[in-house]
Amino acid sequence: MRFIFKTDYAQDIHLAKHGGHIFWYSTLVALLVAAPWLIPEYWLAQATFVLIYGIAGLGLMLLAGFTGQFSLGHAAFLGVGAYTQAYLTHIGMPFPLALLCAMGLSALLGVVIGVPALRLKGIYLGMATLSFGFILEEVFARWESVTGGNAGIRIGKPDMFGWVLDTGDAFYWLCLVIAIVSTLGILNLLRSPTGRAFVAIRDSEISAQSMGIHLAYYKTLSFSISAALAGVAGALYAHNLQFISPDQFNLLQSIDLLLMIVIGGLGSVHGVFLGSIFLITLPQGISAVKEFLPEFIGQAPGLKSAIYGVVLIAFVLFEPMGLYGRWLKVRTYLQMFPFYRKGMFKRQKSFQKSDRLK
Amino acid sequence: MSTDILLSAKNLSVRFGGVLAVNNVSFDVKQGEVFTLIGPNGAGKTTVFNLISRIYTPTSGEIDYLGPQGMIKLTDKPPQDVASLGIARTFQNIELFEHASVLHNLLIGRHTHRASNLWQDLFFTSAAREAELKSREKAEEVIEFLGLQHYRDSFVAGLPYGVRKVVEMARALCTEPKMLLLDEPSSGLNVEETDDMAFWIQDIKNELGITVLMVEHDMTLVSKVSDRVVALNQGEVLAMGTPREVQTDPGVIEAYLGTVDDVSSLRRQSPVAREAA
Repeated sequence: MRFIFKTDYAQDIHLAKHGGHIFWYSTLVALLVAAPWLIPEYWLAQATFVLIYGIAGLGLMLLAGFTGQFSLGHAAFLGVGAYTQAYLTHIGMPFPLALLCAMGLSALLGVVIGVPALRLKGIYLGMATLSFGFILEEVFARWESVTGGNAGIRIGKPDMFGWVLDTGDAFYWLCLVIAIVSTLGILNLLRSPTGRAFVAIRDSEISAQSMGIHLAYYKTLSFSISAALAGVAGALYAHNLQFISPDQFNLLQSIDLLLMIVIGGLGSVHGVFLGSIFLITLPQGISAVKEFLPEFIGQAPGLKSAIYGVVLIAFVLFEPMGLYGRWLKVRTYLQMFPFYRKGMFKRQKSFQKSDRLK
Repeated sequence: MSTDILLSAKNLSVRFGGVLAVNNVSFDVKQGEVFTLIGPNGAGKTTVFNLISRIYTPTSGEIDYLGPQGMIKLTDKPPQDVASLGIARTFQNIELFEHASVLHNLLIGRHTHRASNLWQDLFFTSAAREAELKSREKAEEVIEFLGLQHYRDSFVAGLPYGVRKVVEMARALCTEPKMLLLDEPSSGLNVEETDDMAFWIQDIKNELGITVLMVEHDMTLVSKVSDRVVALNQGEVLAMGTPREVQTDPGVIEAYLGTVDDVSSLRRQSPVAREAA
């Protein structure tokens, strides 16, 4: 067991709480950097997807997990990023500038959707963001001069002022850097007054307000940061697939994103990436076991959606804190061995059950 | 105790549909006193609180408040500005940030004193770090004041009710208020905890020099700490004065216990008297 002896307030501010954190996270980063030499190309492509979804998930986690505002239209922001990137690189803008524009435009759109969303809560906010998603999907399909309509649009490799990232490895590193920078940004926000204001709004709006937190400002801010990250992810997504069409940014994509953070564990940054890994590997897992299933199940249409649904229900029922919550339990078990009690996390669970809907 | 008026409510009225929750209520709160609102359930005490913290807007009447820049009309200010004017409050049914630690809750209380902007936060610059350490120091002062050291890192969701009540008060103190609104500070507390609460309220008044406006039902606590009391019933002011004056006011007794006639009609007649009749 580890006891942290605190002698300085700065210890509570550091991102790494003890030597173990430094060691394990450095190892993780080293492994991720070395991944192109360690794993086959196919899995590296999957890892790139994990990172891209992770970036979008960070944004949605900030919004849903830390500010308590659910968005069912997040794929729209992903789409805005992707289409902005496609259009701007087509007219010859270098990758970094186009990425900034994609991010900025998504953030702006986040403000636009955030302002009417201020008056809405819970399921009504879900409906508003859902319809926002539908509207943008329609825009992507109809605004043919920019988006290429339903036929889709092609997009080249990222071009950094003449230096073209044309290998999978280079693109993977690009995504890795952006993912790490975004994660650090979110972690910084969460340990500062801005992030605390988000958490305050999530837990009790009325008391956040009486603590002097400007609800409208912080909700809009959360929406725009969240949209900006989704925009960045969208831009990378477009470069990764090199072809985008409106149906990639439909309701199912939004639900995938939400599913990802709920399964990962709402209110945890680790959960974003755990959820992202889950979201990317589950289809692989399904197709791997498909052959061994009887034909009427294995070949049934909608098998994937059904499994997603079942998994989501199972998580909500048995592990509301998601994969990260499960990991916390495993870690506590190992740390406290052999003193772990079954009811250790019971209190939180029973509290959640009795928690009134806010 | 100075005689300067810190907050003055003038002819406040609030109507919710057909219900006149607060009817023409006026009172002055002087700097450095403990001013208590009492009254039976539904008298409009919490509504008055919500008017001061700007959660409700009065149908008529206004509230004047001595802010940092002199007397201002509080009723013109948006709700999020109330805290930075120096008014902090607690809630009757505890509104803490449940999924955060006690320390985190207190730091949220420091929000009005935030010294870093969004970009400094995003990159966690040395300015943001400085500001963090400073607000931590302030939060620790409050922890020390209310003896919450033991609970600093516990999650609010797992804390007993009595402790949460104190945490909520601590969070309000973290805003460094000039005036503290306590909505039923002793509800749900046992006798010992209520005694502690009385000491704390006195300390807040005497040591920190904070004016306290509270709603309270426990008359022992009220008479122990209050300088002045106002009794409300059905949205109207019944009586105002020292705790003793208000407690002996016939109108207040009537509101709580009913009139003498009411009581006699409920009294069971003795069999002897019935036979005689």
